[in-house]
Amino acid sequence: MNTTIRELLVKFGKLPVSVDQVADDADLYAVGLTSFASVQLMLGIEEAFDIEFPDNLLNRKSFASIAAIARTVDQIKDSRKVA
Amino acid sequence: MNFPVKIAQEDLAARAARVSAIAAEHADSVDFEGRFPHEAVEAMRAERLLGVQIPRHFGGEGATIAQIAELCSMLGQACAAAAMVFAMHHIKLCSLVEHGGESEWHRAFMLRVAAEQLLVASATTEGGIGGNLRNSICAIEVDRDICRLEKDATVISYGSHADAIMVTSRAHATAASSDQVLTVFLKEQYTLEKTHTWDTLGMRGTCSDGFLFKGEAAAEQILPKPFAEIAAQSMLASSHLLWSSVWYGIAVDAVGRAQAFVRAAARKSPGTPPPGALRLAEVSNLLQMVRSNVVAGLKAYEDARSDADKLSSMGFAVTMNNVKIASSETILEIVNHVMLICGIMGYKNGTPFSVGRHLRDAHSAQLMISNDRILGNTSSMLLVHKQDTSLLG
Repeated sequence: MNTTIRELLVKFGKLPVSVDQVADDADLYAVGLTSFASVQLMLGIEEAFDIEFPDNLLNRKSFASIAAIARTVDQIKDSRKVA
Repeated sequence: MNFPVKIAQEDLAARAARVSAIAAEHADSVDFEGRFPHEAVEAMRAERLLGVQIPRHFGGEGATIAQIAELCSMLGQACAAAAMVFAMHHIKLCSLVEHGGESEWHRAFMLRVAAEQLLVASATTEGGIGGNLRNSICAIEVDRDICRLEKDATVISYGSHADAIMVTSRAHATAASSDQVLTVFLKEQYTLEKTHTWDTLGMRGTCSDGFLFKGEAAAEQILPKPFAEIAAQSMLASSHLLWSSVWYGIAVDAVGRAQAFVRAAARKSPGTPPPGALRLAEVSNLLQMVRSNVVAGLKAYEDARSDADKLSSMGFAVTMNNVKIASSETILEIVNHVMLICGIMGYKNGTPFSVGRHLRDAHSAQLMISNDRILGNTSSMLLVHKQDTSLLG
């Protein structure tokens, strides 16, 4: 999943640094992810994984790092299995 | 149990009323001369209103944002510039109280703010960032336990009159423009070289001149949290809520003048409804909408306050943005309506019904953080955020 997230980050993140240099647990906001780019990234992730982010997960923490995004996506997929 | 709280609130309101009386007396000269509202700010100090938000264990009174908002509205009815200085000071204190409690230096600073009634200003605007305070060009330089910062601050409201300034910058020389920190500099730790003079249509007394800021302080004066979090969790909400409270105050005073005008006309010709009466009813409706909007925003903040995730959620940011947009746009409509009601007596300066100052001051509301920027930000969030469909939230 992290590979897909990285691809989306390249496409939508508009980071001032190369995504290859960003560690899975690096703070994306600290490396330059803007709030506008983060929304584009969210849209890309919703489309790629066929999910919708519920409002309680639309906060900085869910998108703070590549690992955090993966956890958020997992959480949504898991809750869908239960439902 | 509610009894002592009520007493404290009454006490706060009585103290603010005394400050308002002084602020009102000097409002026209502050506006005309474009000078700092010294009398009103001295009165705030004398009534110890500058430290009310500081928690009790640091020598303050632990006032809530809702209580501060009420004071902003009261002061806004008297002198919008003095009220805005008060609001901006408390927006800074809100960040300090919310995010400074874990640092020894900032705890000591809170004690000083309360004890000495220090006035705190803000330097978030910088030449070249295009008005986006979540970006900095300047970077703080940390050299062991010392930090140094130079900033081309195109606006520092009441900069020349402050006892301390909280300044944003990039976190270090190679940090991205959005990787920011917020640092408290005390008056004796910086110099200000004036670069722009604040000569404006309204809000003239905030003296928001531009300066070249040069400061050197202890490195521990940098708040121990990324500015991105401070902005999302305390500054966004406190700015929009306290500004809106000041603007509501401007509108309240204008509507009061319109009502006095209509009443005077009604007394002169009993039996015939005065010409402005219907417009007054319309304007009272608009005023109530602004009030409800601000009150709902204050409630949303109180509800979200203990939950960092909620505070930094999109839903909360959309709500706060909407409070700002609605109050800043509606007060213009209100003051304009008042002008129609009072006619030439409202247009002229120096009558009991003059609202020229109100109108000019109210025009600042759409620009302090441009509504276009805020709408752009909301519209991007609405691409993913789902609206809350409940009535009571």
